[in-house]
Amino acid sequence: MVSKKENKTSSVQQLIANSRNQKTKKIVEKAMPALLFSAALISILTTFGIVFTLIFETFEFFKRVSITDFLFGTQWLPFSGKEPLFGILPLIAGTLKVTLIAVVVAVPFGIASAIYLSEYASEKIRRTVKPILEVLAGVPTIVYGFFALTFVTPMLQQIIPGLKLFNALSPGIVVGIMILPMITSLSEDAMSSVPNSMREGALALGATKFEVAIKVVLPAALSGIVASVVLAISRAIGETMIVSLAGGSTPKFDLDVTDSIQTMTAYIVQVATGDAGYGTTIYYSIYSVGFTLFIFTLVMNLLAHYISKRFREVY
Amino acid sequence: MRYMDDTAVMKRMTKRITFNKVWKSFFFLATTFALVTLVILLYRIVTQGVDYLSIDFLTNFASRFADKAGIKAALIGSLWLMAVVAPVSIILGVGTAIYLEEYAKKNRLNDFIRMNISNLAGVPSIVFGLLGLTIFVRMLGLGKSVLAAGFTMSLLILPVIIVAAQEAIRAVPNEQREASYGMGATKWQTIVHVVLPAAIPGILTGSILAMSRAIGETAPLVVIGIPVILQFLPNGLLSQFTALPMQIYDWAKRPQEAFQYVAAAGILVLMTVLLLMNSIAIFIRNKFQKRY
Repeated sequence: MVSKKENKTSSVQQLIANSRNQKTKKIVEKAMPALLFSAALISILTTFGIVFTLIFETFEFFKRVSITDFLFGTQWLPFSGKEPLFGILPLIAGTLKVTLIAVVVAVPFGIASAIYLSEYASEKIRRTVKPILEVLAGVPTIVYGFFALTFVTPMLQQIIPGLKLFNALSPGIVVGIMILPMITSLSEDAMSSVPNSMREGALALGATKFEVAIKVVLPAALSGIVASVVLAISRAIGETMIVSLAGGSTPKFDLDVTDSIQTMTAYIVQVATGDAGYGTTIYYSIYSVGFTLFIFTLVMNLLAHYISKRFREVY
Repeated sequence: MRYMDDTAVMKRMTKRITFNKVWKSFFFLATTFALVTLVILLYRIVTQGVDYLSIDFLTNFASRFADKAGIKAALIGSLWLMAVVAPVSIILGVGTAIYLEEYAKKNRLNDFIRMNISNLAGVPSIVFGLLGLTIFVRMLGLGKSVLAAGFTMSLLILPVIIVAAQEAIRAVPNEQREASYGMGATKWQTIVHVVLPAAIPGILTGSILAMSRAIGETAPLVVIGIPVILQFLPNGLLSQFTALPMQIYDWAKRPQEAFQYVAAAGILVLMTVLLLMNSIAIFIRNKFQKRY
């Protein structure tokens, strides 16, 4: 075996073959980065694909419906045969109602449990609670939707007598439960990254743990916490299955949360599951609604990015 | 002369300490809220669905009658969907991650790619559905097929896989790369023989978790217009299909009460699949992941 190996390196033919190998090696070395780069380009193409489809089809929609009617109209009646009305405000109102309720549920609970996990809990408790939060975050939204429709709504109906089967309250609460793990884990990350020396300094001055949490850790981690809330809001705005199962399909421009509503996402689902043909105004309207939704979430995501970059305290 | 009023200090101290205790228990209760919700949710679904769960339920096709309804087409359809999503999203995701971590220089284009990926992660899934409907279903003419839905789902979970793979690759210490270069290996050889083997557990864990997100995702499928009542199994990538969450959605919104139980049984099947996938991911993470 050894002698064979020696032959290998000494034979001229082998040397030529080796240099040939070197050549293919060089080609691979050159080609791979280009190939991998094209994989990276797919994600950019996806963004362009999303933006351009939304823009083109929305443009088609605005050929049929005036843009001012769309932006400022307070009635969304796309299916009323003779004179359909496409004013997006009722859909935005529905989305905002659900989002607001979700935030009211998720923010206090989320931040409180983040404080508990980062400031009070022992390592053992943290190690049990965090996986459970992960499970909660991994529950498919369709399951949450089913839960809202068959459990939360009937339960709320017993507390609030006038509550309709489809309403904004029940999906709002459940969307809040859905975004809760996100706020908790992101806020906990922000609080954990506050250096311990700051806590110890405050404790040495005689502060209680609560005072340390509220007056030292919370302000220091504020940018991360706010960013987590903004990201969670963006998630709530784009949430689809919970609101289309439990929210109903009656777009209304008011502040009533006990009655049936329709969110932007639920409208898209309603049209997609209906029988509106390709090329009709209703077909194009889902793109205009999708575009509005995209802008809402994009602004929220950029805002979260900006907050966590701009206001981060560096230690 | 006394500098401190002891009684006043004690009074304030007691108040502050009680405050601390009260708030501590409030924070604790807030933490249990999430746990209690999870328990109620699971309890409700198990008690509602377990009676409908049977071998027939798994082997029957969908039906208009609740007691004959089965989940076979949806279960097999979801597997078909995964058969497209897994290779497409893992190849693209890991490729992108290798590029960003090993090759990308710090310049505007690469910053833009990174920024773009984090923004894509925040785009609502229903918008991906609109993309899939326009590009894959209509423009490329794939129809409401396994392939069209698979591509859409792949793009949806791509950012998750990229981020997970990036973290796994970043965790491989530089000494290992340098040792490999020191022995005369080229960059690509180093990536294939040193970096990737070390990063594979992390990549797999992240990919399986992303896959479990794709299997439970409903909105893009609804927008693409996947049918629900199918009496046949897909026979190819261009064949029509239905998927678990889609089937559950259809059952859940039916007015007859019996279908609520069928939906719960469907959710049980879906959750079992998810549990299985998550267990595999956690197993891989605990068993193979090295810490440097």
